Amino acid sequence: MTQPITITLNGERRELSEPMSALALVSELTGRELGADGTPVDGTRLGIAVAIDGEVVRRGQWSQSTLADGHTVDVVTAVQGG
Amino acid sequence: MSWSIDTVTMDSRLVMGTGGASSLSILDQSLVASGTELTTVAMRRFDGAAQDSVFALLERLGIRILPNTAGCYTARDAVLTAQLAREALETNWVKLEVIADEDTLLPDPIELFRAAEELVLDGFTVFAYTNDDPALAKRLEDAGVAAVMPAGAPIGSGLGILNPHNIETIVSRAQVPIILDAGVGTASDAALAMELGCTAVLLASAVTRAHDAPAMARAMALAVEAGHLAAHAGRIPKRPLALASSPFEGMVAPA
Repeated sequence: MTQPITITLNGERRELSEPMSALALVSELTGRELGADGTPVDGTRLGIAVAIDGEVVRRGQWSQSTLADGHTVDVVTAVQGG
Repeated sequence: MSWSIDTVTMDSRLVMGTGGASSLSILDQSLVASGTELTTVAMRRFDGAAQDSVFALLERLGIRILPNTAGCYTARDAVLTAQLAREALETNWVKLEVIADEDTLLPDPIELFRAAEELVLDGFTVFAYTNDDPALAKRLEDAGVAAVMPAGAPIGSGLGILNPHNIETIVSRAQVPIILDAGVGTASDAALAMELGCTAVLLASAVTRAHDAPAMARAMALAVEAGHLAAHAGRIPKRPLALASSPFEGMVAPA
């Protein structure tokens, strides 16, 4: 039986019904289907990066990075600026 | 006419920022009108509701992306932002911006220098946004940054180049490209930057917040090109009094 967890996602508390991988989270947030290597299956570029507890998690590691209770997760992208 | 960073050669010496445009459509037209080949973006938390597709726009236009660390106050924040940008955008290039306070948005020299050292060691190609301080510019170059980007005036102020002498001094002592960054208000400011010997000019607000942004983008492209040509054409020396350009010989004299 998996337990629900609470993470801080982009500064806000978020309940997850069960631990999930960073890959699944990014896929859910962006609505894009991703391969195990973290790139979109349609061959385009995603333009997204993930940090867990202030450390960048490389795209290729998303599938092996399981979000756990208390994790602070940031999902960032490019916006107009500079 | 071209210039290079790493092994990348660019013909346009106008680096555009994407901030301040009223819509993506205006930004699109402005970028095209500017002829820019290098454009900055900021890194922010992904917001599915208000998805900004500036990334998709730049991909479509084929313009190289220069992510910045805008909004960072410490070396630690700037390094993390640069690492996130490298991962998200698949580039080692970063415009390093570490500000001291939100009123001036001027760089914090101590944190800037620390971040520059760390990012260079981490393999980044660093474009360092800095004050118009020749001493700090030299220290940044010695730390291994790829380009030094002194501010002409505070970001978004449109005040032009407040200390042309400092910019000229920075240029005269540099072995890396000097890119005038921030403060440009209108075309003559951009031309002046190039006449002072800068390799390129980076601007955003002057175009994106202009009443007719695409027209201003075109004006900036022409100004940068004109300034660059003038800088290498050997201008005449300034002199205190006139020097006639028409001959005095052969004048018609009344009888």
